[in-house]
Amino acid sequence: MGNIFTQWFGDNLLTYILIPVPILIYVLVFALYAVLGERKVSAWIQNRIGPNRTDRFGLLQTILDTLKLIQKEIIIPNRTDKLFFRMAPYIVFTSVFLGYAVLPFSSVYIGVDMNLGLFYFFAITSLGVIGVLMAGWSSNNKYSLFGGMRTVAQIVSYEIPTALSAIVVVMLAGTLSMQKLAELQAGGVFNWFIFGGPGSAIKIFLIPIMVVSTVILFMSTLAETNRTPFDLTEADSELVAGVHVDYSGMMFAMFFLAEYAQMFAVSGVVTTLFLGGWQSPFGNLIPFLNTPVFQVFWFLAKGLFLVFVQMWLRWTLPRVRIDQLMTMCWKYLIPITLVNLFLVGLYIILT
Amino acid sequence: MAELRTEEMILNMGPQHPSTHGVLRLVLTLNGEIVEEVKPVLGYLHRCFEKHAEAMTYPQVIPYTDRMDYLNAMSNELAYVLAVEKLLGIEVPERVEYIRVIMAELQRIASHLVAIGTYGNDSGAMTPFLYCFMDREKVLELFEIVCGARMLYNYIWVGGLSHDITPEFITKTKELVKYLRPRMKMINNLLSYNKIFIERTAKIGILPPEVAINAGVSGPTLRGSGVKYDLRKSDPYSIYNKFDFDICVGTGERGVVGDCWNRYIVRAYEIEQSLRIIEQAIDSIPEGDVQSAVPKRVKPVAGESYVRTESPKGELGYYIISDGSLNPYRVKARSPSFCNISVINQISRGHMIADVVMILGSFDIVLGCIDR
Repeated sequence: MGNIFTQWFGDNLLTYILIPVPILIYVLVFALYAVLGERKVSAWIQNRIGPNRTDRFGLLQTILDTLKLIQKEIIIPNRTDKLFFRMAPYIVFTSVFLGYAVLPFSSVYIGVDMNLGLFYFFAITSLGVIGVLMAGWSSNNKYSLFGGMRTVAQIVSYEIPTALSAIVVVMLAGTLSMQKLAELQAGGVFNWFIFGGPGSAIKIFLIPIMVVSTVILFMSTLAETNRTPFDLTEADSELVAGVHVDYSGMMFAMFFLAEYAQMFAVSGVVTTLFLGGWQSPFGNLIPFLNTPVFQVFWFLAKGLFLVFVQMWLRWTLPRVRIDQLMTMCWKYLIPITLVNLFLVGLYIILT
Repeated sequence: MAELRTEEMILNMGPQHPSTHGVLRLVLTLNGEIVEEVKPVLGYLHRCFEKHAEAMTYPQVIPYTDRMDYLNAMSNELAYVLAVEKLLGIEVPERVEYIRVIMAELQRIASHLVAIGTYGNDSGAMTPFLYCFMDREKVLELFEIVCGARMLYNYIWVGGLSHDITPEFITKTKELVKYLRPRMKMINNLLSYNKIFIERTAKIGILPPEVAINAGVSGPTLRGSGVKYDLRKSDPYSIYNKFDFDICVGTGERGVVGDCWNRYIVRAYEIEQSLRIIEQAIDSIPEGDVQSAVPKRVKPVAGESYVRTESPKGELGYYIISDGSLNPYRVKARSPSFCNISVINQISRGHMIADVVMILGSFDIVLGCIDR
């Protein structure tokens, strides 16, 4: 199904084993360097230098950090519910990683191009909340419990504006397949869904609606990744580290990995839905920039830019309080997305 | 379906917790995330300052006062030294008074910068914290120029100072005054008037003025409630009556008077007033010898004295009883943080856990000052 591995190796078991390999490698490398990137970005924002002792620009820093974490003993306190305590980090990471299956990295490379791609992504990544709750509950620690409960409330609430603002695009595109969504936005910046998608001049009415939808989707996904200003799960000044309190060594690193993997995953979805996915911003003016390899470049560039924005926000803004977070979701974001939905429906009927 | 059984939850915040500003322990009784009761448990940093002082000679106590409120050592020394000088009945040269005021105001700036920065950190904004510490570093550099120490100075002596200031100090102080004004504007833009920050702090932990006065709350915490009371004006000590400055109070510019935001912003305003005092003082320091009045032996006659000063945290007073020997018979410190924290239970009821952190931060407590 439009996957280069199927063309190369045929439709057999080997192909299906090989398809996730580049994604897995990408996720691991991305997480390593996103941690370094975050530290560097925060350092620049705060007038510091950041890690610079290991190799040039601290390039080996996170690799060495990971090595250290692997060596560390995994401490499991006596009071914990051992089975769930051990399972939780892997569930969190797995659910995020499964979400990558439907991210279209290029027109010829996607894990699975299923016709329910977008739906699948939201379904599978929200499973991660079970892992977080499991971690919070099984730690048998009050801070962890608070963290876990907050996360559940937060993620379940923010699923709604996320899904509703994504549906706006689905209504215009008429498909849930991630690959088709990206294909539809061919032909330059102004055919991206943030500017109303492909269509005639009348789509100018759509532009404000779509920009608002983009912002809401980005905000809600930010809340789902538990990043500042919505990092109430960790909230280091109140809950110390929330669900992470009792985790050590590699199990903690799995949570960390999941967080960074999810940062890119949600950026990938925002990119695919609104920012043209792997499409070149120059459209067909320079056909060379639309070749499959360059498509990977565009997709990563857009995704990484959004990851950078997430970091930027994190190091600039204070944290909101849990009731304010809920108020924002239920009283502002959801009504706005519903209005958006209505307006886009009206537009579709009238044109 | 059977009714759900609910019960209160007791959460132990601290003594090792990132936002209790030291080893304070708060026992929170919670109903879900709503706080029903806050019980501060003190004493984790108790170092027997008062008892210790009885075994020391008067000048030997000064380094101990440094360690009480360690972010604010100059003001502690000043208050203690003023009390001893009152007991001795000595007059210090005017040059010494000027330098003491400059030092106390520089220290106030440093202390308020820490308060603002850590408050930002409590609210989740890490960056203002580092900006504030960078600025505080400039103040500490000035102290380093005059006395070599950056935090615990032993600079203000009974009857004088340990070192005279240098011309380099004067030029650098003038530079600092010029540098800090735009920096404060930036920090205000970044943090004080940030929408999320205001949402977090406005209308949280409202401290009515009468409650504050009854509980003996003082300093910016009291002024945040709109009470115009500053010992530098109300009961001037040293030479504060020579300078022109305003008492900053919470005006309800955002939120309501007496909430966390107003307590917080008083500190930002006060930095500007301290800069004004420094500007006036630095140009008119008279000539003189800073050690001319230092007594060879500090041996006051039997008696007692109490001096109160406006430290950055609030009203800091020392009560000293002398029995005519070389050692004080009794030294009692009235520490501002200790009195300020006593209202935390009253004003945090009904708020959430995150608010307790904000309320605690808005008092700008230092555990060394509470426990002594």
